[in-house]
Amino acid sequence: MQTIKTDVLIIGAGGGGLRAAIAAAEANPSITIAQVSKVYPMRSHTVAAEGGAAGVIQDHDDVQYHFDDTVSGGDWLCDQDVVDYFVRHATEENMRLEHWGCPWSRKPDGRVNVRAFGGMKIERTWFAADKTGFHILHTLFQTSLKFPQITRYNEYFCTNLLVKDGVVQGVLAIDIANGTFVTFLAKSVIIATGGAGRVYRFNTNGGIVTGDGMAMAYRAGVPLRDMEFVQYHPTGLPGTGILMTEGCRGEGGILTNTDGYRYLQDYALGPETPIGEPKNKYMELGPRDRLSQAFWHEEKKGRVINTDRGTAVNLDLRHLGEAKINERLPFIRELAKSYVGVDPVYAPIPVRPTVHYTMGGIQTNIRAETPMTGLYAVGECASSGLHGANRLGSNSLAELGVFGRVAGEQAALHAKQADMPQMEDVQDQVNEQKARWLALRSAKGAENPAHIRKELADVMEAGVGIYRLSSELDSTKEKLASLQERYRNIGLNDGTNVFNTEWLYAIELGFLLDVGEAMVHSASGRTESRGSHQRLDGFETRNDVDFLKHTLAYWQPGSAPKTAYQDVVITTSQPATRAYGDAANKKGS
Amino acid sequence: MSTVHVPSTIKITVQRYRPELDDKPWQQAFEVPYHFDLSVLESLNYIKDNLDSSLSFRWSCRMAICGSCGFMINGVPKLGCKTFLRDYLEQGHITIAALDNFPIEKDLVADISGFVEKLETVKPYLIRKQEKPLSEGEYLQTPAEVARYKQFSQCINCGLCYAACPQFGRNPEFLGPAALALAYRYNKDSRDQGSSERMPFLNSEQGVWSCTFVGYCSEVCPKHVDPAAAINQGKLDSTLDYGLNLIGMAGGK
Repeated sequence: MQTIKTDVLIIGAGGGGLRAAIAAAEANPSITIAQVSKVYPMRSHTVAAEGGAAGVIQDHDDVQYHFDDTVSGGDWLCDQDVVDYFVRHATEENMRLEHWGCPWSRKPDGRVNVRAFGGMKIERTWFAADKTGFHILHTLFQTSLKFPQITRYNEYFCTNLLVKDGVVQGVLAIDIANGTFVTFLAKSVIIATGGAGRVYRFNTNGGIVTGDGMAMAYRAGVPLRDMEFVQYHPTGLPGTGILMTEGCRGEGGILTNTDGYRYLQDYALGPETPIGEPKNKYMELGPRDRLSQAFWHEEKKGRVINTDRGTAVNLDLRHLGEAKINERLPFIRELAKSYVGVDPVYAPIPVRPTVHYTMGGIQTNIRAETPMTGLYAVGECASSGLHGANRLGSNSLAELGVFGRVAGEQAALHAKQADMPQMEDVQDQVNEQKARWLALRSAKGAENPAHIRKELADVMEAGVGIYRLSSELDSTKEKLASLQERYRNIGLNDGTNVFNTEWLYAIELGFLLDVGEAMVHSASGRTESRGSHQRLDGFETRNDVDFLKHTLAYWQPGSAPKTAYQDVVITTSQPATRAYGDAANKKGS
Repeated sequence: MSTVHVPSTIKITVQRYRPELDDKPWQQAFEVPYHFDLSVLESLNYIKDNLDSSLSFRWSCRMAICGSCGFMINGVPKLGCKTFLRDYLEQGHITIAALDNFPIEKDLVADISGFVEKLETVKPYLIRKQEKPLSEGEYLQTPAEVARYKQFSQCINCGLCYAACPQFGRNPEFLGPAALALAYRYNKDSRDQGSSERMPFLNSEQGVWSCTFVGYCSEVCPKHVDPAAAINQGKLDSTLDYGLNLIGMAGGK
C-alpha cells in the first residue's frame, strides 16, 4: 500500500483549497504541498458561484459599513474579531485575484466595477459577469500551476483523518482510478471540501457537495458548529434548484407573486422601490433569509404561481433590457432558457427558495485552526464565525481568498516546527478503516443506498426547512436514526476496483447522514429564532440571554450527537434589532 | 414542426466497459421514464439509482459550468446536463458513450489526465516582467480590452473539443483546441507580458500548426469559446513571431 509524505496536505481543490495551497507555497517555498481532491480542481463547486465577491472599494464605502452589514446580516451570531479581520482583508484578496488574471467586469475607465447585493449598504460586490466563481476557480487553479511545490492528486477520495493523541497525522484516501488505498502522512492538514447542501433535496449545489470534510472532522472528534443554520437562496429554478444569482436583483430585477404584486413590501422590507431603481437593503436587496421566509408566507397565503415544476414566484428582469442582461447576466439567460424554457429578456423567470449554503461547519478560529492540532479548515466546510446565523451574498467567495490565505500560511508555519508523522503510529487505524471500507464495498444487505439518500433529502427538506417546529424536528431525528440503521444494511452490486462510483456514493451517504444528524439535533436545541433558523412553536423571537451562543455538535459513535454551546465573540457591535427597508431607518441603525 | 408522439418511456443505450471484467466495450439498453425536462444526465442518474447501480459516469453541477459530464450522445460530443431527452423523440433512441479520442477508464468515464496535463503546460497564468504592488490597485483594463480575451476565458475544460478533433484522434500529442485557446486567452490579456514564453510550444510541431482547421471543435463547444478561431489567430501570431525572430525583435507584446 502506497504511503505519501508531505508537509502540508489540502483536502479539496476549490477556491479555498487552491488559495491555501498558493499561500502555503509562497509562505515557505521549500515545503511540499499535496492538493488532494475527489474531482479535478475545475469541477469543484466554487465553479457554480455566480454573483460576486465582496470587498470595500468605493470612496464613499467603509470597512466599518461592511462589518456592520455582515454582523447584522448574521443576526449577531458572527464572531466579530473574525468579521473585522475579514472586512479589512477582503479587498486586497479580490485585488490579488485581479493581479492573477481574474477577468473582473470593468468600468469604462478600466477600473474594477462593483454591483449591489442583498443586505449590503453600499455596492461592494466585485463580479465577473455572472460567472464569478467560475472565473475565480479557474484563475486560482491556473495560478497554482506556477508552484512546483504543489502536487495535485486528482480524483483521490479522502475517507478518514488519521489522528494520534489529538494531533492530526494525515489522511486515508482511495485512488479512484484503481480503487487502491493511499496513506498520506502530513504535518498540517487543511480541510477545504465545501458544504453539505446535498443533505437536502432541492438545492443549488452540485452532486459532489456531500459534506465529506465536515463528516471526517466530526468523526475524528472535532465539533461541527452552528449546523442548524442552513441558507435557502430565495431564487433557484423550480424542479432543479439551479441558482439564479442574487446579482439579478442587484442589477434591478424584481420579485412578484401570482398577482404581479411585489410582495416583499409586506415583509418589513419596503416601502416598494421604483422599478429600475434598486435601493440597497430595501425590497429585493434584503437578505436571503428574509426573502426565503417571505416566499414561505406567500405560499401559505396561496399567492404563489403553480408551474409544471412546482410553486414559484416571478423574477422579472425584462425592464433591464437585452443589452444589460447580455452584459451582466448572460449565464442567467442561458440557464433560464435551457432549464425552464424562459428567455428573461421577454418573460419573467419562475424561482423559489432552494438550499444553498451551510453557515455552520468545522469549528475554526481567526487563524483557520480547528481544535485539533495541525488541522485547519477553510471555506464552506468551516465555521469561521464570519457568517453567523445568515450569510450575506458575496461574502463567501471573498472568504475563500481571505481565509484560504490564512489557512495556507498557518499550515505552512505549523509544518515548519512539526515532526513528520510516522506510519507505525497510524498503521492500526489505516488497517481498521481500510477493512471497514472494503467491507462496505462488498456489502450485501437489502437496502438500496440511493433510496436512503433520497429519503434523507426529503425528510431534511420537510423537517429542517425554512421554518421549524419541535414536533417536526423530533420526528426528523427519529427518521434519521432509522435511516442510519438502514444504512448499516445496504447492499452494493459493483465489486470492482476501477472508478467504482457506487462505492464512493455509499461512503458519501454515510457522511451525509452524519451531517444531517448534526443539523437536526443542533436545530432542535436552539429554542429561539435567529437568521436562517426560524421556529413556529413558541420560540419566534431571538433570545440573546440564552442563545447568543454557537452550537457545538459532537459525534457519538452509533448514536445521536451531543450538543454544547460556545460564547459568540462580541467586540464593538452589541446585539440590536435587525431591520431592513424603512424600518432600519426608524431604528436608527 | 412535425407532431411527435410523447412516450411514457424512452430507450437509452449506454456503453459499458469494466476493465477488470470486459475485454472490450459493450452496449446495455435501459427503458427510462420520459419527462419533458429530463436531461441525459438525469436519465443516467435514474439508471444508476434504480436500474443498474454499477454504471459509472462523472457529473456534478447540473448547470453546464463544471465540465464533468461530457459524453458522446448519438455520436456527438455533448454535455449530459444540457442535452434533453425531448430533443431525441424523433430519433426514438439515445446512445451514450464515453468521449471519443480518450482512453476509457470505465463505462462513460474517459481518462482525461493527458488533456489536463496539456492545459497545465501552456503557462496559463499572467506573466509579468514586474509585479505591481497590491497597494497600487488594479491593472487598468477597459471593457474593450476585456472583450479581446473574454470569449477564450469561458472554457470549462469539458473536453468536448478533443472528442471532436480529428487531429487529436490521430495524434494524441497535439496540444489540442482547449489548451491552445487557453494560451491564446492569456496572450490576448492586456495585463500579460508572457506571450513570448508561450510561443515555443504554440509554434512547436504539436502546437497551432497541427490544426487542419476542420472547425468541429468550435461547433461542439457548449460555451461558444470558438477554439478554432483562437488557434488560427494563433497561427497569425506564430507567423509574426517567426518573422520578428528573423529580424531579432521577438519577445515583446
